[in-house]
Amino acid sequence: MPTFEKMINKNDLVTYCLRIADTSLILGQRLGEWCGHGPILEEDIALTNISLDCIGQARGFYTYAAALEGTGKTEDDLAYLRDEREFQNLLIAEQPNGDFGQTIMRQFLVSAFQYYFFEELKNSKDKTIAALAEKSQKEVSYHLRHSSAWVIRLGDGTDESKKRMEKAIDELWMYTGDMFDMDETDATLIKESIAVDTKKIKQLWENKIREVFAEASLTVPENIFMMSGSREGKHTENLGFILAEMQSLHRAHPGAEW
Amino acid sequence: MSIKNLTEEELEKRFHDRIEKGEIIEPKDWMPERYRKQLIRMMSQHAHSEVVGMLPEGNWITRAPSLRRKAVLLAKVQDEGGHGLYIYCGTETLGISREEMLDGFLTGKAKYSSIFNYPTLNWADMGAIGWLVDGAAIVNQTVLAKCSYGPYSRAMVRICKEENFHHKQGYEILATMMKGTDAQKQMAQDAINRFWWPSLMMFGPSDKDSPNSGDLLKWKVKLFSNDELRQRFIDRTVPQAENIGIKLPDPLLKWNEAKGHYDHGDINWEEFYNVINGRGPCNKQRMKQRRDAHINGEWVRDAVVAHEEKKKSEKVAA
Amino acid sequence: MTTDTQWPLWEVFTQKKQGAPHEHAGSVHAVDKEMALQNARDVYSRRNEAISLWVVPTEAITASTPEDMGSFFDPANDKAYRHPNFFKTPGAKF
Repeated sequence: MPTFEKMINKNDLVTYCLRIADTSLILGQRLGEWCGHGPILEEDIALTNISLDCIGQARGFYTYAAALEGTGKTEDDLAYLRDEREFQNLLIAEQPNGDFGQTIMRQFLVSAFQYYFFEELKNSKDKTIAALAEKSQKEVSYHLRHSSAWVIRLGDGTDESKKRMEKAIDELWMYTGDMFDMDETDATLIKESIAVDTKKIKQLWENKIREVFAEASLTVPENIFMMSGSREGKHTENLGFILAEMQSLHRAHPGAEW
Repeated sequence: MSIKNLTEEELEKRFHDRIEKGEIIEPKDWMPERYRKQLIRMMSQHAHSEVVGMLPEGNWITRAPSLRRKAVLLAKVQDEGGHGLYIYCGTETLGISREEMLDGFLTGKAKYSSIFNYPTLNWADMGAIGWLVDGAAIVNQTVLAKCSYGPYSRAMVRICKEENFHHKQGYEILATMMKGTDAQKQMAQDAINRFWWPSLMMFGPSDKDSPNSGDLLKWKVKLFSNDELRQRFIDRTVPQAENIGIKLPDPLLKWNEAKGHYDHGDINWEEFYNVINGRGPCNKQRMKQRRDAHINGEWVRDAVVAHEEKKKSEKVAA
Repeated sequence: MTTDTQWPLWEVFTQKKQGAPHEHAGSVHAVDKEMALQNARDVYSRRNEAISLWVVPTEAITASTPEDMGSFFDPANDKAYRHPNFFKTPGAKF
């Protein structure tokens, strides 16, 4: 019989997995919008690859969350039948694609975070989470390599591209603080050596951003007010539309198999 | 014997002898100008079709009804981009740049397959495209994989391997829906009703009206006529339709024992020519999306070239 | 920048498994080496077709021409002794 303490742990664990899965899914969904519209065919294919990795990550963490819940739910129940306030993806993931520069900037900021996050999560005491983190970390290493190279090219390209990248930073920077926020779920799971203490990776992330921005001749913003809320399901208005589109067909045919 | 001393006629004769013997022509080999031109026309048209072909299915990536389907569809549409890329690169070996090909396409001079000018209106259309459109493409491309031009043939070999997954995932979508709810069955049937005839048109005009076929057959770029390939596709597809209980919308479709083939009704060629010439339901929309992608990408393409030049001049300075 | 381009062409070579030679797979467009490598990975190894990749600027490749065919390759025709089955090795196993 599971003890009461372990039950709490389980709910925290489910929440924790859902957060990771939601971020990957929403980011993958956003990147999927690029398919067929990239600036050059090669890059179209590259963005789709990243999108596919993200959706794969989401499926892994949803499947584990569903198994932990143990009520017979599937990955699709979790992706398609939860509402806006139930989603706990990082706010930055749901921000609009904007132009290619903004998409690349969003990818870079998130990939740099995920790189150190999964690197730490690989040591999770929960074996399934550790294994999922290890797989994800490999994929994210490539996303980071890809997006950093692009940030440098576009930051240090033409006057126009530099302006666009500065605008992208301006649009997105306020959502970067949310990536490092922690709540009681995090605290409980950190105590159990299951979750990542984001305080530990914040400096690494900042160093990476500084290093790449320096090469891209872009400036790291200082003293910007940070939006938070993802852990309480408090989103920007973007998420509602993403879910409306993503879930419409699935919800129109309850119980149908596809 | 050096080919430098041969006359144009002798060269052409040698070229035809090589084709007759089933030899493969490579980029640096001598070839008649018309062979080069026709190949450029046909291959670039094929490449444009792959790239435009990303759009009707791309429409449904964000709405795919399950995560598995979403991943499969993304991978499939991505493959189409890859196929476009293989063929563009193959065409570049004929001495035309991708810029020139894109210019022909974006200004509307070059054509692309008429099938992609039809809208995708429900999820079953993803099944119909995979099963019928990719099924038709496989029939075409399996033959093209044996064509006389090396780079085209090699691109086709690679593409055919990947296309089989497209074909099967489409059929699986329909098979699943045909076992599902009434609404799903209706969607599946509706998709087939709309895509059956346009997919038959993919093989091009009937042989008697196909202006470029003669040369292409002689040069073994094409190995079978449009009608022969269309027939092959129909013969293959009818039993698959019966297998999942879906009806093909042609009352005249019937097995002809004497011929060993299915008979079928007349294709509406007026529709075909209208759609090819820009008057299909989505022509304007597809072209606009491609043009927008190109225009919106210009600053990106410029920026990386500028960045690379900066890096090079820094190297020189150092 | 005045002229918009699709960037220079690179040839891609893939190694399918350890110990196998790198074989020509196709080409990609890219501006720099890193991009060429990444594009090659995304275009020619979507299905684990490669464990190693080479990219080479297309313009850096020098190829023999069909006119060379006679003078380059025919002289090797009469040197059958370069092939192991030229030699008689009665009874011995190799």
